[in-house]
Amino acid sequence: MNPNLQQVNHFFNKKRFRLSLILVILGLAYAGASLGLGFQTHSLLNIQDGIAWLIQNFIPNEASKGYWHEISQQLFRTFLVAVAATTCAAVGALFLAIIGAKTLTAAITVSWVIRGFSSLLRNIPIVAWAMILLFSFKQNDLTGFLALFFMTLGFLTRAFMETIEDFGTEKIQALQATGATYLQVIFQGLLPEIAVALMSWILYMIENNVRDATLVGLLTGTGIGFIFNLYFKSLRYGAAGLVVLSVILLVVTVELISNLIGRLLS
Amino acid sequence: MIKPENQISLPTQVPTGPRLTIPLRFRDRRRITIMLTLLVLAYITLITLPTMIPSHFKLGAALMSFTENIKIMFLQPHLTNTTFLTLLGALGQSILLAFLTTLLGSVLAFFFALASTRRLAPTPLVLGIQSLMAVIRAIPTVLWVLIYSVVFGLGADAAVVGITFHSVAYLTKVYADSMDELSPDSIETMQAMGLKKGTIIRQAVIPYLVSSYFSWTFIRFEINFADAIAVGAAAGAGGIGYQLFMSSSFYFNFHEVGVMVYMILAFALVLEIISYRLRSVTNQ
Repeated sequence: MNPNLQQVNHFFNKKRFRLSLILVILGLAYAGASLGLGFQTHSLLNIQDGIAWLIQNFIPNEASKGYWHEISQQLFRTFLVAVAATTCAAVGALFLAIIGAKTLTAAITVSWVIRGFSSLLRNIPIVAWAMILLFSFKQNDLTGFLALFFMTLGFLTRAFMETIEDFGTEKIQALQATGATYLQVIFQGLLPEIAVALMSWILYMIENNVRDATLVGLLTGTGIGFIFNLYFKSLRYGAAGLVVLSVILLVVTVELISNLIGRLLS
Repeated sequence: MIKPENQISLPTQVPTGPRLTIPLRFRDRRRITIMLTLLVLAYITLITLPTMIPSHFKLGAALMSFTENIKIMFLQPHLTNTTFLTLLGALGQSILLAFLTTLLGSVLAFFFALASTRRLAPTPLVLGIQSLMAVIRAIPTVLWVLIYSVVFGLGADAAVVGITFHSVAYLTKVYADSMDELSPDSIETMQAMGLKKGTIIRQAVIPYLVSSYFSWTFIRFEINFADAIAVGAAAGAGGIGYQLFMSSSFYFNFHEVGVMVYMILAFALVLEIISYRLRSVTNQ
């Protein structure tokens, strides 16, 4: 047999063997995980049941039209809270990121402290935030605002820090060589250069927070999440469907606006 | 230097019509966009903040009790109603839920992404799938789980299906975006060689996609873990989220919440270390 051909065969056999090994491992992991959870795979085949149920029950009917006023009011409120939380967090995060970025920081320990702090804020689950805040701040918009604020502060500090570190040190050094002060370097050199990147992070977070605001509302009993829970658990499915529809509308609109701004920025 | 007697001068034509003096920087589209967006955001924030604080609200007392609770949570964590092993089991359940939904989501989303990348699929199909996914993505995960828990009954089935829905929609978008970055030249070359679609996918698309596929899937795993906790709390789907919800809103036991938060943070730390390793491997 041609040695060349043998080599080629050997190569492909090895490749096939590795592929099947990976597939077997993934299959076993899937089976193990579903066993551990008590998940039955055949329920994946019943997904259409859910959709059918959704279409049957969740179509807003005549009776649910009366809820429209309340829903739109709460939806607008939720949107405002999400935007305000993101904006406030962005201001704080920019400040922390400038102090903490490795390329700008005065001492490397400060950088590590801020990194750890942002990681802590980010990884405490939003459920825990919502519950602790609910206990002290009671059932109002401020609770939802603060829960979103803390999560977003963690995320944006990390994101801004990495953006600033990607900016590099050459331009900062060049500016310092011309005699620019610390504040001049930041406001004249750094910020104009990274403004577009920061903006896209903020827009992404607003999108995310509009969605998360529903969850926070569900847990803390405010905004659109609360009225969804209320209608859903009192079996007023038509009104709940109207809430889902309005959430879709809001999220898609925010996404379209942020895409538009992104296109204007590029 | 000798200067000529009559210097030649060409009269420059003065442009007729209205002369608008717009400073150059105002014509910069990016600058205007950023300024306007910041202005709108600042305006919304400033009008919202005062309306958020309810009347008869004692900010000082609330802050005091908040710091007190934080102190209880982080400095004196201990268990009374449950055992550590129960919580470990619950954490394991949340991790399994995140793993299973990520696995299902990434496999399903890969095929949806193939059908919705502009490089391989016809435009109507691309638009159709992408708008469907945008709608699925717009509905928060918790709502999906709540809806499915009515159909399937409360439990793992509803949680898995609900989180998978959102994962598929998210991953389809990011995979399709990664595939769109593949230059059309290589695909056109392969088409000119007479290769079938299956071969093109296996030899050009998959090798190009592999690294971004893994990093996006890992990011989605982190999101799914957070979602698994949230879903456990808000839809009663079990796992550590459910325990968290019970001890914080039924027993008001913040010592216990502290233990759970520490456990979740420990797992998050492991994930962060893995992602750091992955990034340094792919950067090499």
